[in-house]
Amino acid sequence: MKEVVVLSGKGGTGKTSIVGSLAALADDKVLADCDVDAADLHLLLSPSERVRNEFWSGQVARIDEDKCNECGLCQELCRFDAIKDFRVDAVSCEGCGFCSHVCPTEAITMRESMAGYWFISDTRYGPLVHARLGIAQENSGKLVAVVRQQAKQIAEEQGLDYIISDGPPGIGCPVISSLSGAGLALLVTEPSLSGIHDLERVLGVCRHFGVPAMVCINKYDLNEENTRQIESQCLSQGVEVVGRIPFDNVVTESIVQGVPVVEYSNGNVTREIERMWHLLR
Amino acid sequence: MIISIASGKGGTGKTLIATSLALSLSDAYKVQLLDCDVEEPNDHVLLRPEITGSKAVSISIPKVDEEKCTYCGQCAQVCAYNAIAVLGNQVLTFPQLCHGCGACCYLCPEKAITEESRETGVVEWGHSNGVGFAHGKLTVGEAMSPPVIRKVKEYANNKDGIVIIDVPPGTSCPVVEAIKGSAYCILVTEPTPFGLNDLALAVETVRELDIPCGVVLNRAGVGDNKVEDYCREKNIPILLTIPLDTEIARLYSRGIALVDGIPQWKSSFIQLFDKITEIVDERSRSAKR
Repeated sequence: MKEVVVLSGKGGTGKTSIVGSLAALADDKVLADCDVDAADLHLLLSPSERVRNEFWSGQVARIDEDKCNECGLCQELCRFDAIKDFRVDAVSCEGCGFCSHVCPTEAITMRESMAGYWFISDTRYGPLVHARLGIAQENSGKLVAVVRQQAKQIAEEQGLDYIISDGPPGIGCPVISSLSGAGLALLVTEPSLSGIHDLERVLGVCRHFGVPAMVCINKYDLNEENTRQIESQCLSQGVEVVGRIPFDNVVTESIVQGVPVVEYSNGNVTREIERMWHLLR
Repeated sequence: MIISIASGKGGTGKTLIATSLALSLSDAYKVQLLDCDVEEPNDHVLLRPEITGSKAVSISIPKVDEEKCTYCGQCAQVCAYNAIAVLGNQVLTFPQLCHGCGACCYLCPEKAITEESRETGVVEWGHSNGVGFAHGKLTVGEAMSPPVIRKVKEYANNKDGIVIIDVPPGTSCPVVEAIKGSAYCILVTEPTPFGLNDLALAVETVRELDIPCGVVLNRAGVGDNKVEDYCREKNIPILLTIPLDTEIARLYSRGIALVDGIPQWKSSFIQLFDKITEIVDERSRSAKR
């Protein structure tokens, strides 16, 4: 079984459109949407929800006003500025529990918080594991870990060849959680100076965690000079460029229609994504 | 006044808006731009600021003095992140998991734990074309961006002027950390189902924080009209519309700010700011009433 995670560093480079297309092209796979705080893959795959689970994670402090003698120790020790005027700001609280351990009147308790949901759905392309992190919640990395673990279990039970996952933008906690231990990272970039800068950083994360990476340059013809720069930088780092997708409004049109672009058009974009899948598999 | 620029979905044009807004206002106001997208900061690519200073961002992690330690296990018990463990006659620490809360150190009955700092990023500051600038960079391989974001925000030193904050994509803790304390939040989106889905999540986030918001619709002309319908229904103003234009995309790809490449856009950004000022003033008047 091979786990392919699609990442980008910079947001909006086309990860989800590519994962949707790979969903249509690959046989015997399970799909995972690891972008749990702005998940979009379901908009291309029309899933029907089969299983819904609550995601309980992290704790939030709560002060019992009747027991609190307003000594202020909790406020003084909290490093996250989460306590003001003897009240807890649940959004700032990181759930460390320091306050609850030191409160002399035992007025502070820690409570588990429901931080979102995860789902297993059926799509016409195969099973999809996806999630919804609650608004303004922490622990996106833990929810990503749940999504990956469920996808892996499905792949093992059903003897599937691939796990294909749509990763979050950035290089921090949920990206690391999506990437560590995966078989291959497909990095989707665009030929802008920002795209080049961000690709460099996410390549660094792949190296740090020892995950082999390949690169796809989306909208490559928007700036062919920058495209050449990306290619030569990849070459010098021994990273293969497996796709060069031209800019074409059919991609946006396919998103509006809610279908993967390879099922919407049979033009250059589709041919290039098909070619790329042959190199990835 | 602090104005943050957020989006939910990545790649909708936050950086384009943040940099052009800052450059458009710098003639008339004292403006500071803080890039809080510390995982992938890009404002510097367009502003090319002269960097005049930098400082490491560190969190405090435990250091155990094994001579004093009695292996009682109190530290492991109080750590909510499993960042310290006691196994027989050994204490193991996992710096990557530590949030730096300080509980283990404070609660150790033997006073065997002190704190040392671990670098997780850097903040750099400087200026560009009259715009004060600061950004943070999370070290590659590090997971936690909020401490770096908090540090960048400490460089807001412009109470009477305008502080513009470029927010990371998403809706979780780094976004909240960046947006907190803003007088207004601009949400940048595009007219597609992805843009709408993530806009709705971003709106919920800013409403949770009780910050007023308005929309900039980028790459208008492709896609559908559902973002406009949504904004009408939710009573969210569309403050500015930028058409899909490969010329704009090409300028961006070369690292040229929109208002530098096409100066006619300046007046649109000044109008955008005037609309925001009006909304924020009206809001503070009605709060006083």
